[in-house]
Amino acid sequence: MTTDSIPVETADARPGTVQKKTRKNAPPGGRSRQLFRHPGAGRQHHAGPLAYILLGIAALFSLFPLYWTMVAASTDNTRVTQTPPPFLPGPHLLDNLGKAWQDAALGKAMLNSLIVAGVIALSTVLFATLAGFAFAKLRFKGRNILLMLVIGTMMVPPQLGVVPLFMMMTELGWGQQLPAVIFPTLVSAVGVFFMRQYLSEALPDELVEAGRVDGAHSLRIFWSIVLPIARAPMAVLFMITFVHAWNDFFWPFIVLDMSNPTVPVALTQLSAGYVRDQSLIMAGALLGTLPLLAMFVVFGRQIVGGIMQGAVKG
Amino acid sequence: MAISTSTPPDGAPGTAAPDGSGSGAERRSTLLHRLDVRGAPYAFVAPFFVVFAAFSFYPLVYTSWISLHRVELSTLNVMEWVGFDNYTALWDDDRFWNALLNTFTIGVLSTVPQLMMALGLAHLLNYQLRGSTFFRVAALTPYATSVGAAALVFTMLFERDFGMINWMLSLVGIDNIDFENNKWAAQTAISTIVIWRWTGYNALLYLAAMQAIPRDRYEAAAIDGASRWQQFLKVTVPGIRSTIVFTIVLSTIGATQLFGEPLIFGQGPNGITGGADNQYQTLGLLLYEEGWKNYQMGRAATVAWAMFLLLIVLFVVQRLVKRVLARRA
Repeated sequence: MTTDSIPVETADARPGTVQKKTRKNAPPGGRSRQLFRHPGAGRQHHAGPLAYILLGIAALFSLFPLYWTMVAASTDNTRVTQTPPPFLPGPHLLDNLGKAWQDAALGKAMLNSLIVAGVIALSTVLFATLAGFAFAKLRFKGRNILLMLVIGTMMVPPQLGVVPLFMMMTELGWGQQLPAVIFPTLVSAVGVFFMRQYLSEALPDELVEAGRVDGAHSLRIFWSIVLPIARAPMAVLFMITFVHAWNDFFWPFIVLDMSNPTVPVALTQLSAGYVRDQSLIMAGALLGTLPLLAMFVVFGRQIVGGIMQGAVKG
Repeated sequence: MAISTSTPPDGAPGTAAPDGSGSGAERRSTLLHRLDVRGAPYAFVAPFFVVFAAFSFYPLVYTSWISLHRVELSTLNVMEWVGFDNYTALWDDDRFWNALLNTFTIGVLSTVPQLMMALGLAHLLNYQLRGSTFFRVAALTPYATSVGAAALVFTMLFERDFGMINWMLSLVGIDNIDFENNKWAAQTAISTIVIWRWTGYNALLYLAAMQAIPRDRYEAAAIDGASRWQQFLKVTVPGIRSTIVFTIVLSTIGATQLFGEPLIFGQGPNGITGGADNQYQTLGLLLYEEGWKNYQMGRAATVAWAMFLLLIVLFVVQRLVKRVLARRA
C-alpha cells in the first residue's frame, strides 16, 4: 500500500483535476520557488531573447507548411506554380475546397474516418481503462507476466501481420469494408499502459477497499469509483487515439479502395492523376487536416498535457 | 471521500451483511464474491488479449507459414508449398538489398536529426516562458496532420521547377535540385517529412521527463561550477536517459515501417517502386509491391519476416550499446 502518498493523491483524484494538475506542476510551481533561489542555481531559468528566437523559428517550422497549404489552396494552379511562390492567400479557397471535396469523394471519406476513428477511440478507452484498472489495483495470478506481455506487444509493428490479416479479412468478407479497419485496432497496449500508470497513482487503494466493504462487486467499483476518477485521462486517451486512427494509412490503404476510403486513403487519389492541379491537391490536404486542426485549437493544451503525462519519466 | 457518491447496488448479491450465519443465500453470495474477486481481473484484461491474439499475434505467426508458400492475390485459398524458395529468391534479389539499405539510410537521416532537435526544443521549452502553451501546441501541431496531407504538402515544397525550397535555394545561388530523381535529395526530402511530423511529439516526451529531474541536482552542479551547457550534458541528458531510449525504440520501429511518405512522395505510378530507379524504395514499399502489385502474397510475407528480423537485430544491437554505455557510466 502506498500510504504515504494518499493524502496528496486524494486531493488530486477528483474528476477533472488532471489538466490543472499538469499546469500546476509545470512553470507556476517552479516560479514561486524560484523567487527564493539564487539566480542560476535552479533549473528553471528565465528564457532569454535567444531562446525566444529559437522557439519562434521552431514554431514557424511547425506551422508554416500548414499556413502554406492554405495559401496554395486559395490560389489557382497557374499562380501556385510561378516563382516566386505566393505567400498570401488568394481568392479561390472556397472553389478549390468544393472541387477537391468532389474529386476525392471526401464526403464519404470524412464520414468513414469519423466512424473508424470514433469507434476505435471509444473501444480503446473503455478496454484500456478496464485493463489498466485491473493491472493497477487488482491482485491476480500472473499479473506481472501479463503486464510484461502488454508492454512487449508495443514492440510488434502491425506491418508484420499484414498479409495474413488481409487474407483473413477477405475470407470474412470484410474486404473494402470498415470493420476490416476497425477490428484490428480495437485495443491498444499503449493505452493500457497509460491508464495503468495513471490509476496506480491517482486511485487510492482505500477507495477500492471501501467499495469492497460496502459490498460492491468489481464492475460496480469500476463504474462508480474508477470511471469518475479516470475521466480526464480517458478524455486525453480518446483524443490521442482518435488522432492516430484518423491518420492511420498503411492498413486502410491496403484493405480499403477508392470506393470506400478513409480520408488519408482518399487523399492519395488527388496526387495520382495525370493532370495535376496543385491548388486542388492542397485544398484536399487542407480539408483532410481541418477536423484535427480544429480539435488541436480547442483541446491543444489537454492533448499536450496528456502526451506529457504518458511519457516515461526519469 | 468520493466513496460517498457511490451507493451500494440495490439487491445485488454482494450487499448481504457478512456477519450472519451460513444461510443458503449467504453462502451463495460469498461464493459469488470470491468468484468476482478472483475472476474479474481476468475479465477486465481479457478484451485486450483476445483482440491482440486474434488480429496481431495470430497473423504474425501465420506470416511465417505463408512465407513458405506460393500464394497469389487472386486465389488466396490456393497455397502451394515451396519451402524456403521465397527466402532464397529474396536473398538473390537486388531490390531487397536496395530497399534494406534505403530503409536504413532514410531511418538514420530522419531519426538522428529528429531526436537531436527534439532534445534542444525540449530544453528551450523547459525554460520559464511566456506563452509556453502556445509553443507547446505549435510544436505538436504537425503531429495532427496525416501522412497523406503532410507528404502532399512537402512533395510540393520540394518540387523541382517551382517548389518553394528550390526557390529559396536559388536565392543563395544554388541551382535547382531534382528532389524526385536524385537519390540523396529524395531521401532527404522524405526524411524531412518524418522529422517535421514527429519532432514536437518527441520534444514533449523529453520535456515531461526533464520536469521530473530533481532540482537539487542542478544546484549541486551549479555549486560545483558547471556551466549551463555542462549542466545540460551532465544532469539533463543522463536524467532523461530512459526516455531517450524509449524514443529511440519508437523511432526505430517507425523507421523500419516507413511507407506512406515515400509512397506519396513518388506521386502515383512511381510511388510503389520508390522512384524510377527504386532510389527511395523502403522495405514497407517492397512488401506492398510484391503483394499487391505483383500479386505474390508469399513473397510479401517473406519481406515482412525480413522486417521482423531487422527489428530484432536492431534491438540486440541497441541492448549491447546500452550495456556498454552503462558499464562506462
